[in-house]
Amino acid sequence: MTTDAAGLALLSLLLPAISFLLLGVVAPFRRTGRPAAWLSILFAAGAFGAAVLACRAQGIAGEPTRLIWNWLPSEGRALATIGVLVDADSTIMLVLVTLVALLVQLYSIGYLSDEPATALGRYYTYQSLFAFSMMGLVLSPNFLQLFMCWELVGLCSYLLIGFWYRKPEAARAAVKAFWTTKAGDVGLLIGIVLLWRQAGTFDLTDMRAMVESGALPVAGLSLITFCIYLGAMGKSAQFPLHVWLPDAMEGPTPVSALIHAATMVTAGVYLLHRTSWLFALTPDVLLIVAWIGAFTALLAAVLACVQDDIKRVLAYSTVSQLGYMMAAIGAGLSAAGFFHLLTHGVFKALLFLGAGAVIHGVGSNDLSRMGGLARKMPQTALLFIIGTLSLAGIPLFGGFLSKEEILGAVWAHGLVGPFILLMLVAFLTAFYMFRVVFLAFFAGPVPVSVASSGSPAHVKASAAHDSHAHGHSHEHDPPATMLLPLWTLGLLSLAVGIYFTLIAHALPVGEAEHAIEAPAWLTPSAVGVAVAGILLAWLTYQRRAIDAASLAGMFGPIRSAALAKFWIDDIFTFTFDVVLLGFSRLVGWVDRYVVDGLLNVVSAWTLTAGDRLRMIQTGRAQDYVYGVAVGLLILVLWMRWALA
Amino acid sequence: MTGFPVLSVMTWAPFVAALIVMFFARHKPLLVRWVSLAGATVSLVASLWVYWEYDQAVAGFQFHETLSLVPQLGISYLLAVDGISVLMCVLTSIIIFAGVFASWTVKERGQEFYALLLLLVTGVYGVFVSLDLFVFFLFYEIAVLPMYLLIGIWGSSGYVQPQGIFGWAFGRTGVGSKEYAAMKLTLYLLFGSAFILVGILALYVAGGSRTFSFLDFQAMTFDPTLQSWVFLAFYVGFGILAGIWPLHTWSPDGHASAPTAVSMLHAGVLMKLGAYGVVRLGMGLLPDGTHQWAWLVGGIACVNIVYGALSAMAQKDLKYVIAYSSVSHMGVVMLGAATLTVAGLNGSVFQMFAHGIMTGLFFALVGLIYEKTHSRAIFTMGGFGTMMPGIATAFTIGGLSSLGLPATAGFVAEFLTFLGAWSSDHRWWLFPGVVGAFLTSIYVLRVVRQIFWGTKSEDPHFQNLPDAVGTEWVALGILVFVLVLFGVAPWIAIAPVDTATVPLLMRLAGR
Repeated sequence: MTTDAAGLALLSLLLPAISFLLLGVVAPFRRTGRPAAWLSILFAAGAFGAAVLACRAQGIAGEPTRLIWNWLPSEGRALATIGVLVDADSTIMLVLVTLVALLVQLYSIGYLSDEPATALGRYYTYQSLFAFSMMGLVLSPNFLQLFMCWELVGLCSYLLIGFWYRKPEAARAAVKAFWTTKAGDVGLLIGIVLLWRQAGTFDLTDMRAMVESGALPVAGLSLITFCIYLGAMGKSAQFPLHVWLPDAMEGPTPVSALIHAATMVTAGVYLLHRTSWLFALTPDVLLIVAWIGAFTALLAAVLACVQDDIKRVLAYSTVSQLGYMMAAIGAGLSAAGFFHLLTHGVFKALLFLGAGAVIHGVGSNDLSRMGGLARKMPQTALLFIIGTLSLAGIPLFGGFLSKEEILGAVWAHGLVGPFILLMLVAFLTAFYMFRVVFLAFFAGPVPVSVASSGSPAHVKASAAHDSHAHGHSHEHDPPATMLLPLWTLGLLSLAVGIYFTLIAHALPVGEAEHAIEAPAWLTPSAVGVAVAGILLAWLTYQRRAIDAASLAGMFGPIRSAALAKFWIDDIFTFTFDVVLLGFSRLVGWVDRYVVDGLLNVVSAWTLTAGDRLRMIQTGRAQDYVYGVAVGLLILVLWMRWALA
Repeated sequence: MTGFPVLSVMTWAPFVAALIVMFFARHKPLLVRWVSLAGATVSLVASLWVYWEYDQAVAGFQFHETLSLVPQLGISYLLAVDGISVLMCVLTSIIIFAGVFASWTVKERGQEFYALLLLLVTGVYGVFVSLDLFVFFLFYEIAVLPMYLLIGIWGSSGYVQPQGIFGWAFGRTGVGSKEYAAMKLTLYLLFGSAFILVGILALYVAGGSRTFSFLDFQAMTFDPTLQSWVFLAFYVGFGILAGIWPLHTWSPDGHASAPTAVSMLHAGVLMKLGAYGVVRLGMGLLPDGTHQWAWLVGGIACVNIVYGALSAMAQKDLKYVIAYSSVSHMGVVMLGAATLTVAGLNGSVFQMFAHGIMTGLFFALVGLIYEKTHSRAIFTMGGFGTMMPGIATAFTIGGLSSLGLPATAGFVAEFLTFLGAWSSDHRWWLFPGVVGAFLTSIYVLRVVRQIFWGTKSEDPHFQNLPDAVGTEWVALGILVFVLVLFGVAPWIAIAPVDTATVPLLMRLAGR
């Protein structure tokens, strides 16, 4: 049974690779645009089908299987292998990745309908490469392949953020994303090298067996897991490496949905979940993971409250939810984090695609230019609200149970501090998401007040609308290719929510490492704070019972700090522009004018010495006779001295 | 092995082509190119055939050719290849093949240019396949000397503002001019050759059995003190060519002044001669010397990696960026070798190959960009991606390999080196290596973003620039393909290399 699953997973993995090769190498076909796009979609659909079959064949309880090949032979053995490792977690993740990839590719046909054919072909080439790399990451049987795919998805993210590469902001955001995640990857790479030395292998299965039999030396393991966590920190946008994700919104919205919400950014969470047996050996690192996760969740939630750009609200919300997942992993229940990853993947992709439909219609990202859209685009509004309720953790909706599980796990683990932070986040999440809902879909166009005009964030928000903007607005529900993915994700969110609220009450995936004994008050209070958040947003932005400006005034200093993004970006900019570039200029100067300068001094001296010594060659016979005489004298004296 | 002298054919084919070009192709520019291409093709086919036929199960040196030259002194023409040299020969073939296409548009004195280029390549092949150290040294000099003319005649000059307390010497030596660069490069490398010659003669005298054969030397055991001195001589001598800090400053000036194909060959292949010399002669013959000086080799390599990357970041001239990136990447080569581990040494050899291809690609691209824009000033350019998408793509792939992105050859090389570094006696070497890779990602993508992305430059010279055309695609296509192929399927290079590095390290470990 399970070998079937591995074969199917491999097939699923190879399909996008083939479509990438076709599009990448056969340039004339790529430049046709739409046919290239449909080819990519066709292969993505095939990959999704194979992934579903693989998932069914594997089931929850199936034995893990792997298919591996020698990739780096050395000393008659395999130093490293490549292949697929198939188990319940990887197949479920595979289904999520292929599903969202398929839907996003389908959606993009409509969303990017105004792009020239060459650009569209390029877009789908990158999309195919991304699908392949992400699936390779999910199915990795070892750390090395995981790292390789990890870097490749980073590359795709870079290329797709910079899809509109003529826009300076997009170019800037793309390199920022690459460098920031790469900084984390330095840690991951070091961690993998160190771990290889410690365990003698990259293979996850073998390493797990070593851990379970106690054969893996624990000494120094904390450093290794911390280094690996650094990689996850970069990819999954944990403080302080979260700065790239909001800027990544310069990319097309479907890209944000796929890469910067549902799949790539969750790779860090997935990595830590995949290696939870390793992290379990280092509780000190887990504690760091939990605290940073909870702190990131709160920081991003606060930042989300002051954004006027609909995509940036969603981006910060993604950062915040990633913090949630990380907190669950830190609390030792990585299965809860993984479960939230799956549900979040569905409803966040829904939210982004919904936002994309709005942007497509309005021609702007700016919330202040929206309002009353529920009447003009009812289906979009309905689906966006489903996504919002899921994110807020309301029963019957997608994110409800997974959020409860995380809160329960953090509480049960005795992490009171992070628990309080996360409860606060639950409140803020409901508030800022419904702020978006009311401002965009209901209350008429109003001067947005929480972030008053003239603030940096506001200026940026209005300047940074998708270059996709049409100039003319067509505020109605999007075409079928865009609506179909939205409905699929919306119904899936509902189905997941209803199933887990009413039928199953336990985690569907992974072994429940610890049976969670969540206190009875947890569910009511978590739902309570979410409802309170919704209520506050309703009173402020719909009923206008509370004046938004005075609400903002209550949080004056925090608000101004949040508008400045807590100066974290400024610190990074300073480090880059002044410290790093300054130091490099110093080194460059030293190289040219000191290291090379010394060499030039030597050669100048040689030239000068040559010039001076040339004087001896006067050409006058008497000078040469003097020379011979002096030489002879010295010779005689020396011989006398030597003989004596 | 008797039979067809394939190594001689590979080595001398460019030389024969050079003779034909010199004597039979006067004023026939197209014939010059076709003859050169034919010579390069023969070598390419021969080296691929050697790669294919090299028996990995047997390992060791194969395809022996022996011809006694001066029996009284024990000098003979002795050719053979092992796993390392096979890969280096393939690298040389690919670069010269692409280089012929990259210089297709040379106008001035094309005949002499191609002849010298081919002569140089014969020297390079000779170094990689010679087992007689006397002949090895002759080939080494043949590889180095034509560079003087190639840069001095076909090169390009720039301007360097004299600054600092040593500034007075700049005007005196003519820093920035192509004549300066050519002279500096030649004198520096000949300075290194002197050390090498002394080292070889020291071994010859100490061995005392009238032989220059590498295999004979390998069978001898030299006094540890002698080994120490000779290793140091080899390290400095070959190291200059490999661009070790602080003896690297010939390389940025030389590469920046040299014409495209010469930069490709020089950075792509000639610098590898230096690293190859250290590995083959230094590590291969002097186990005790190697152990005594590994700390120095690795330490300097770490300086190279970080210092080269930072210097590259500070440059404003595109060619200097690439030249300094070579300094940085050659640090990875030397670091891998200094780890004295299988992974590290495999990484080192792989990096020789990977860096050769990627830097060849870079210099080819810079040459193309210069040809179309007549500028190398990075910060005046902008938004070229729209006009030259093909060049932009190739440059990005080269850059990704340079920063060690998986699925390109650069990753495999760096990763193996890192594994080796952490397994060596000096674990901290890992950190400069990793930091260097990170810094590379900064300066490479910064350049890519500046040149190809963003808003289009307003400069009237930069409007309606054409993309690569015709023969130019051949060079780019080959190099990009190889770069990706070896990144996706590294076993095709590692498998033969491993057969050479494992015995070498066993010998080292056994002292």
